[in-house]
Amino acid sequence: MNIEWPVLSVLIWLPIAGGVAVLLVGERRAELARWVGLAAALATFLASLPLFGAFDRGTAEMQFQELAPWIPTFDLNYHLGVDGLSLPLILLTTFISVLVIMGAWGAIQQRVAQYLAAFLILEGLMVGVFCALDAFLFYVFFEAMLIPMFLIIGVWGGPNRVYATIKFFLYTFLGSVFMLVALIYLYLKADSAAILDLHALPLSLTEQIWIFVAFLLAFAVKIPMFPVHTWLPDAHVEAPTGGSVVLAAIMLKIGGYGFVRFSLPITPDASLSLDWLLITLSLIAVVYVGLVALVQQDMKKLIAYSSISHMGFVTLGIFIAFAILARGEGTSGAVLGVEGAMVQMLSHGFVSAALFFCVGVMYDRIHSREIADYGGVVNTMPWFATFMVLFAMANCGLPGTSGFVGEFMVILASFQANFWYAVLAALTLILGAAYSLWLVKRVIFGEIGNKKVERLEDLNFREGVTLGALAVAVLGFGIWPEPLVELMHVSVDNLLSHVAQSKIQVQL
Amino acid sequence: MFEASELIPLLPEMIVLTMACVILIVDLYISDQRRGIIQILSLATLIFAALATLRVHDGESIIETQRLLSGTFVRDQMGDVLKLFVYLVMGMVFVYAKTYLRDRNLYKGEFFVLCLFGTLGMMVMISAGSMLSLYLGLELLALSTYALVAMDRNNPMASESAMKYFVLGALASGMLLYGMSMIYGATGSLDLLAIQASVADAADSVVLAFGLTFIVVGLAFKFGAVPFHMWVPDVYQGSPTAVTLFISSAPKLAAFALAIRLLSDGLIGQLQNWQLMLVLLSVASLAIGNVVAIAQTNIKRMLAYSTVSHVGFIFLGILAGTEAGFEAAMFYAIVYSMMSVGAFAVVIVVSRAGFEAENLEDYKGLAQRSPWLALMMMMILASLAGFPPFVGFFAKLQVVKAAVEADLVWLAVVSVVFAVIGAFYYLRVIKLMYMDEPDTPEPVTTGSDVGAVLSANGLVQLALGIFPGPLIALCAAAFQG
Repeated sequence: MNIEWPVLSVLIWLPIAGGVAVLLVGERRAELARWVGLAAALATFLASLPLFGAFDRGTAEMQFQELAPWIPTFDLNYHLGVDGLSLPLILLTTFISVLVIMGAWGAIQQRVAQYLAAFLILEGLMVGVFCALDAFLFYVFFEAMLIPMFLIIGVWGGPNRVYATIKFFLYTFLGSVFMLVALIYLYLKADSAAILDLHALPLSLTEQIWIFVAFLLAFAVKIPMFPVHTWLPDAHVEAPTGGSVVLAAIMLKIGGYGFVRFSLPITPDASLSLDWLLITLSLIAVVYVGLVALVQQDMKKLIAYSSISHMGFVTLGIFIAFAILARGEGTSGAVLGVEGAMVQMLSHGFVSAALFFCVGVMYDRIHSREIADYGGVVNTMPWFATFMVLFAMANCGLPGTSGFVGEFMVILASFQANFWYAVLAALTLILGAAYSLWLVKRVIFGEIGNKKVERLEDLNFREGVTLGALAVAVLGFGIWPEPLVELMHVSVDNLLSHVAQSKIQVQL
Repeated sequence: MFEASELIPLLPEMIVLTMACVILIVDLYISDQRRGIIQILSLATLIFAALATLRVHDGESIIETQRLLSGTFVRDQMGDVLKLFVYLVMGMVFVYAKTYLRDRNLYKGEFFVLCLFGTLGMMVMISAGSMLSLYLGLELLALSTYALVAMDRNNPMASESAMKYFVLGALASGMLLYGMSMIYGATGSLDLLAIQASVADAADSVVLAFGLTFIVVGLAFKFGAVPFHMWVPDVYQGSPTAVTLFISSAPKLAAFALAIRLLSDGLIGQLQNWQLMLVLLSVASLAIGNVVAIAQTNIKRMLAYSTVSHVGFIFLGILAGTEAGFEAAMFYAIVYSMMSVGAFAVVIVVSRAGFEAENLEDYKGLAQRSPWLALMMMMILASLAGFPPFVGFFAKLQVVKAAVEADLVWLAVVSVVFAVIGAFYYLRVIKLMYMDEPDTPEPVTTGSDVGAVLSANGLVQLALGIFPGPLIALCAAAFQG
């Protein structure tokens, strides 16, 4: 099945146009700006739905391709397309963006139009990252995202927002400029900037290792991996609720997507020879950062560290594949690892978004993120408590929620590589349960902590819809993950059979 | 043999010269109230010069290189493109400067006349075919700018910086001239093409190497590359902002032409010698420019150090010594001149009568006072910092690509790391504009002409960033074949 109109371009430019429209509506008509913003986000989400139906699950080819010359002198093209790796992330982006725009109704009262515009432009750029098939187009979207996010954290954030946002910006910028040099090198070598051509480019091991390291610097900061994760807790804590949601749910995924789109297929041999490093860092993230999460006093910080720990699972799943491939037992175990990583990314997109929304709901009422300021919230906000407990359960990977599926697949894959990897990875189930449930215990259950909690009001309609939609997603993919896995299976399969072949050119 | 038809390609130069003289005379006979006519005449001059430059094109997409007046004057694609951007940038200078000058009682005909003579100097430099005409153009530009800096003669800061500028500029010119004389001694010619031919044949000659060194030093002075950058911050800060606007923008295009005419047209045979010198200048400029800019609290000084770092990037393109490198450097110089003029225009607009918005603090909360102005400034700053999707990114992308192509990957890595360090001080201004509360809530007012040009200046950063293709093609055509 095919879609007649250029659906990917619409998904990129419709929200950006919406953002400009919101700016034009202006601050004085804030209410109208909100509706225009919501309309743009909803329209983008609806426009993204046909992708899911029309996507051909039987092929790893890029679909819905669009190709137009961009800089003819250098043969750079405006080349878009999606496969099973990017499509789920695009749908996640358009879905979460609607919720974020809705969330602005309660939390944001100042400079509303600029806030909404920043998010809508950001949405378009993020979709662009996932669609771009030209390396420099990808880079442009990848970097351009930083400016709206810089403003979102810096203008609407908490007391220490300036420090947090500059740290966020410089960390990610520093990481990505190395990628730029690597992309330029590849472009000159391949005489093409098409990502698919770069996949096919033979490279010596030395070249691959340098390029791999450059990519690693870019994506490891973005994901973020231990030890370059320190910007994330700051950014999350200071960002407004919407900013945290987008950061956790989508922007972190761009790092993981970068690994599967660039690092793995372009430098498979370097990935193979450096997999020990990545696996070690991932396991440190899973275990150590999990422990760090346990002792946090600030709810947002706790969720931020939990995000890093979960992203450790993603990188573990991606690079455990190489440990499995190295054993020479075929690609099925490796496929399980990468698919697990992908599922984990999506699930984390829903769960972390939901948890940040939950914190946002409480913050809007009491203006505190300290765990100690709460207690017994269930007594005054029963509906909210139900959702919060559900998402906390999903966060620790309870079977029946989406959190379980990805973690289970990655642990299963780890077993095929090394028993001890799997043991360490499985520790996260315990740690995750510990910090998530302890958070719930302290915040939701128990006696009513103080006067403020006593006066809390339960969810309003808008918040109910937001959390309800996320709950449906979390439970839906938890109980029936098949449609999701089916969407990406052929692409992952193809990726790994490509990766399994060495790219080192035979010297004649 | 001299033929009158040879003069046709010189029409733009003749127009600017004639009009500069006419304006000088007209200015004597009009009252202060009607001085607006001077600005209109100056703008008209630029428009006619632009039409004359375009007219000689005869619809060809790429013009053939012509050497006229015994080879002292070259007309080629690069020259025409650079000249068109010089007119454009000078036009913006004329529009932005008016209110500022009027508020400070500096609105005299001299400003426009000197700027036009400077423009003529730049045009001669851009089209120079021999070292003599090159030097002539350079000095015409330099003398005009010395006088411009000193224009506000009651201001001790301005006089001081004019003095510094003059002494150091004269020193640089002397160096350049000395280098040229050595090259002349080694090759026996002033004509750049003849020099190119004899350098290609010549074995390694000490005189040639010495001459080359002095020429590179002179060039570095004129560009403001480290370690010859000392005058840049002082002059930028001390001059009236309207003059800084001029000094920081269009002359960079001329300096680029100077470098190309000398190093590429004349001394390409000595590539391995000047490449190393430029590498050192480039790294030093990137490092000092970006790091020292962080410590500045005065926005004009900050932008001055930012210029120094951008010169490092322009050198990065030139030192590759390839067509792609020259093309990248040309793109960079063009884009830089437009960004720089825009940034200083915002400084001018935020300043009022009796108040210079020189400190970074003065930009606090600009987004709340004047959201549109702040948005334009943010686009210009983001472009200067090299964030996509603004055009500054493509400028950096190309010079870095040229460096990688020339097997200087380490240099490319160094340059991008300094770009990240540099990003900090641009971000700090954005932070001040967007994330701090303003001291006064009153909006910044601008005339509609300034507002329109400034909006175009800001939006073009975005437009050229999304569609950089045509400008890249234009620059690439200059170095084909």
